[in-house]
Formats: sequence, C-alpha cells, structure tokens
Amino acid sequence: MPSLELGMTIPMTDLPETKPDSPNLFRKFLNGTEIDSRLLGMFGALALIWLGFHFYGLIFKGFGAMLTPRNLWNLSVQTSSIGIMATGMVLVIVTRNIDLSVGALVGVTGMTMGILQVDIFPQYLGLGHSMMWVVTAICGILLGTGIGVLHGWLIAYRGIPAFIVTLGGLLVWRGTAFLANNGKTISPLDDTFKLLGGGPYGTIGATGSWIVGILACVVIVFMLVNGRRKRILHGFPTRPMWGELTVGGLSCAMVIGSVLLVNSYPWPKGIVKQYAAANNIEVPPEGIFISHGFAIPVLILVTVGILMTILVNRTRFGRNVFAIGGNPEAAELAGINVKWMTLKIFALMGALAGLAGVVASARLNSATNALGLLDELYVIAAAVIGGTSLAGGVGTIYGAILGALVMQSLQSGMVLIGFDTSIQQIVVGSVLVFAVYLDNLYRKNAK
Amino acid sequence: MSNERKGTPLVEMRDISIAFGGIRAVDGVSLDLYPGEVVGLLGHNGAGKSTLIKCLSGAYQADSGEFYIDGKKATINSPRDSRDLNIETIYQTLALADNLDAASNLFLGREITTKLGFLDEGQMEAETRKIMARLNPNFKKFKEPVSALSGGQRQSVAIARAVYFNARILIMDEPTAALGVHETEMVASLIKELKNQGLGIFLISHDTREMMELCDRVAVMKNGQLIGNERVEDVTEDDILSMIIMGKNPKAVA
Repeated sequence: MPSLELGMTIPMTDLPETKPDSPNLFRKFLNGTEIDSRLLGMFGALALIWLGFHFYGLIFKGFGAMLTPRNLWNLSVQTSSIGIMATGMVLVIVTRNIDLSVGALVGVTGMTMGILQVDIFPQYLGLGHSMMWVVTAICGILLGTGIGVLHGWLIAYRGIPAFIVTLGGLLVWRGTAFLANNGKTISPLDDTFKLLGGGPYGTIGATGSWIVGILACVVIVFMLVNGRRKRILHGFPTRPMWGELTVGGLSCAMVIGSVLLVNSYPWPKGIVKQYAAANNIEVPPEGIFISHGFAIPVLILVTVGILMTILVNRTRFGRNVFAIGGNPEAAELAGINVKWMTLKIFALMGALAGLAGVVASARLNSATNALGLLDELYVIAAAVIGGTSLAGGVGTIYGAILGALVMQSLQSGMVLIGFDTSIQQIVVGSVLVFAVYLDNLYRKNAK
Repeated sequence: MSNERKGTPLVEMRDISIAFGGIRAVDGVSLDLYPGEVVGLLGHNGAGKSTLIKCLSGAYQADSGEFYIDGKKATINSPRDSRDLNIETIYQTLALADNLDAASNLFLGREITTKLGFLDEGQMEAETRKIMARLNPNFKKFKEPVSALSGGQRQSVAIARAVYFNARILIMDEPTAALGVHETEMVASLIKELKNQGLGIFLISHDTREMMELCDRVAVMKNGQLIGNERVEDVTEDDILSMIIMGKNPKAVA
C-alpha cells in the first residue's frame, strides 16, 4: 500500500508535469490507446494457454482440440456461471471481505429450483407451463439474495468476520442442499428452463448472433464518440485519433471475430435430424449447416458484466464500494453507511450466486447436491487473477470475467490433453499462487 | 469575555463528556465558537482535543452533553448529521481513500450525479480543477489515485474537500503537520480568508506560536478537561504553556 510518509520536506508545490519522452513504440501505443497493461497481460496469458494446449495436442496427440469452434464455444458456456459470480466477488473482495459460500449457494439454489420446477410448481401451474422457468429462476435468485442478506447482516451488524460467516455458510448450505432432496439428483428439468444453460437449443443462432454483434459494435463506437465529446466539453486531454481508431477497431474486431466463431460451430447431426423432423424439413444427404451462435448463458454473463460495470463505474454505490475498500474509516467519516453497504454487497453476491445456480443447473439439465462444488475457489481465483487486490480497493469487472475465462481455459485445456483430476488441481492451485505473485510484482513496478 | 462577541454563537458545546472503557477522554467540556472566529485547541497528546472535535464532527457520539448550532439544539449521531449542519472537518489522518483520485475523494459521499442518477465524472473533475486552481495552482495529478501524491498534495485535497461545500463551521485537526514552511503559510492565509468570510474555525495544533498568530481565542485541555479558555490578547505564550503542562490557568489563580 502507499509508502508515502507525511514528511515535512515534501513540498506542496509541484514541478510542472515532466513526462519523459517515451522511447519505445509499445509505451506510446499503451499511452495513446489508454489500454491497461494488465489487460494486455491477461490477453497474453489467455493466448499462451490456448496456443500451448492446442499445439501440445497437435504434437503429442496428433490433434489440436483447443482452438476449435466447438471447444471455444463450450469454453464460453462453461465460463458463464463462474464469470457471473466473479463479478460479484470483485465487490466483496474490494471491500476487504471474502465469500467462501458461493459454491454452496449454487448448490442450494440449484437444488431448490429443481424441486420447485419438478415437484411443486407443476401441481399449481401444470406440467410444462410456459412461465415456469421465469418463476423458478426468480425464486432461486431471491433465495440467493436472502441468504446473502443473512450473511451480510451477520458480518456487518453482528461483527463476525466474513471469512467465518461464509465458511460456516459453505457447510450449512451444502448440507441443506443435500437434505433438501435427501441427496437425490433431480432430472430432467423444465424444457424452457434448461435453455438458460445453453445446449444446441439454448442459443440464438447465426442471425441472432449477427444482430447482437452489430449492436455491440454500434454501442462501442457510440461510447468512444461520446467519451471523446465529453472530454472535449470539459477541456480534458483526449486520446490521439489513431488511438481512438485502434481501440474501436480492436474492440469491434473482437466482437465480429466471436460472432464468426460461434457461427462456425454447427449443430451436431442428431440434433439437426431431430429439429428437421419436428419442423418437417427435408434433410439433404450432405446435411444442413445450422449454426449454434451465442449461447444464452454467455449472453446472461455479458449482460451481468455490463450491468455490474455500470454499477461499479457509474453509480454512487460503486464509488462508495471502492472508497470503503481504500479506507473504511475515511468512508465512514465521509458519511457512507459502511454496514448497510456491506449488507447490500453480500445480498448482491447472493443474488448472483442464485443466477449462477440457474445457469449451472440448466446446463446440466439436473439439480444435484454437488452442484457448484469448489466453485468458490474458482470464483475467488478468477477475481484475483483478474486483478482484484485482496488488500482491498482495487479490482475490475472485466478483469474478473477474463480471469474466469483464463481459469476455465486452463481447466478445459487440461481435460482435452487428458490430465488427471489430481494433476488439474495441482496446476490450478499453483497457477493461482503464481498469479498473485506476478500481480505483486506488477504493482511494485507500477509505482 | 463573551459579551464582546455579538449574537448567537455558531457552535455551543455544553458539558460534553465521552468515555472509553472507563477513561474519561472528554470530561464535561463546554466551549463555543462565533462567526468569523478562530478558536485554537491546545493540549498534550491524549488531552482530549481530537476526541472532543470528533464528537462535533460525528465520528464519535458524546455520552452526555448538548450541541447548539446557531442557538438551536442539534443531534449529531453520524458524520452525515454533522455535514448536514454545514460542519466540515479536516482530520489529522486526512481521511482520504488512497485508491481513488482527487475528484472522487473531494466528492466522497456527496457525488454529483446526472439526472439519471449516474455519476457525473466530468462535472466532478471540472469542479475539482477549479478549486485546486485556487488552493494549489501547481496541482496537476487529477487522474492518479491520491496514494501517488505527496503529503502536501494530499493535504490540499483534504482542505479542498472541507472548503468546497460552503462550510460554515470548519474543524482543522493539525492541518499543517505534514507541510513545509511555504505551504504552512498558504494554509495560514487560507484560514484568514475563510475567517473574513464569516466562517467559524476550530483549529488544533501543537505549535503555540502559530496558534497565537492565527487564533482569536485559545482553549487548553488536559486529561479531558478544559483548563482555560482565553482571548489571545489576554495571555502570553508562557501562560499557555503553563496551562498545557501544569493543567492550571494562571489567570484563574491570579
């Protein structure tokens, strides 16, 4: 943390800003585009993992499975539930707390929703009612919120450390998930509900993906133009034009690239046949190419990511979260109700865990008491790898989502090349520790 | 002595007491402050100056005693209450969130929002640039977190925060402790300017000479009790020192 001493010798008057002329092109690129070097590092790590596993497969197994549309599409779906929770974990960790119970919350909300949609709601709504999925999902999210409120209250108003409350919660809610249905798995789930977890039908297809992609590009351009306009309005320094164009170009290229990617992954033959039979379509002998497009859980993750980013960067709530993380005492003296904020943050974390429970159970088309087991570790790892400082006060939503993608890529890459679960655990654990070490080095250099 | 000051006092603290685990940090202190007046609080470390002031700023809640602001009884249970009464405080620790930039700190807890309820960053930064141009014209690091600023720069952010919101009562807890000679002079002239604008200022400092120069009145505390409350014209530096050290008011004895 700050190493500045309040010494008598430090002058209040500053020398005029002396920026050394950037000697290398790379610095100039970073300054011009205002791209965070940490973000670049994360993309670098991701590229390394993807290429590494791909070529490992290519060389030792004769087939590189990592960089195929199919695998990357699956990766995006697998990242969703961890990514959704990681956005909330950022706020928890930024305010110097921790939530170890999120995996158990996924379990208990998933289990409850399973019981609701299979055993309870059909009695009242009728089996396969079209609104069942919404009611179920809302109940799951509310349950998560309620548990979050309880945790937050114990932490903020009863003074029990978050570590203990949520460690207890981990056991309590996992046990509750088991008891809820005596350990039995509930499957299958409601037909509409399971679309929330992806799968061939839980996607928006090629056209839908293009619409989403083009809309995203329009929004990116609008935000860049608007941002520049505002800076000029207040007379603040702006990015050079080439910087604006680079940022816009790269962002749009990434969006379009991902649309092309998800659209190049076709439905499997069996699904196509089933779909064709249901819709009276003649299947030619060479088959029909039906794209998956973006999976619904991925769109949920992106929506959550955008909303959370707005919450964190654009609202008073978000600003106060960071103030509490930076200096809880100062926040209190500035009139911020730190206890109430803590409760709200844990409630939000609970709600997101409930939403992750929706996605995770829908993806498996079943609710088991083991749903979300060890998720808390992946979620915390995602947030930390994404640059959230455990000392508090620092963290970004996009970083946490990228962190989730990094963790999931690592995991999925190891599965593809056939590593044992035990080795996977060793690698994931080591990477987490190493990533935090690298982060420390980065912060020291940044000073 | 109070008959010389006209009208109702801005602040009147009556019989304020607060104890921490049996130790009476502030013990039945009564003190007032008039518009355009600077009252200096003196005493050893642990004499209860900062604690008394924190009761007024809402950081602590007094166990007993009453506050009157503009002659009206006021309840101060939180920093927010105090701010609502136009009381601003510059804490000894500065109370800055180190991870946030100057504008975020200046508007902490009172952020400017747009009609839609979102933060108006541009407006906040523009306002910050405006006030810093007045207080510390060389201040340029608007984008950096305040942890990257020097002690003096941090101090100027804390001062800007207290001055920006049109305070009527200003509490300054050792505002010059981190500053060099030149900056201390800047703060002194700021205090004079604010005093002329009619603000009432409570000033805490260990520098007796500085206090004699800046204050209209000095109040000396020892062991939580108010030892003396004298106009600076009526006392010498030695009188003050003996009050601080001996805990006796020589004028009361005489």
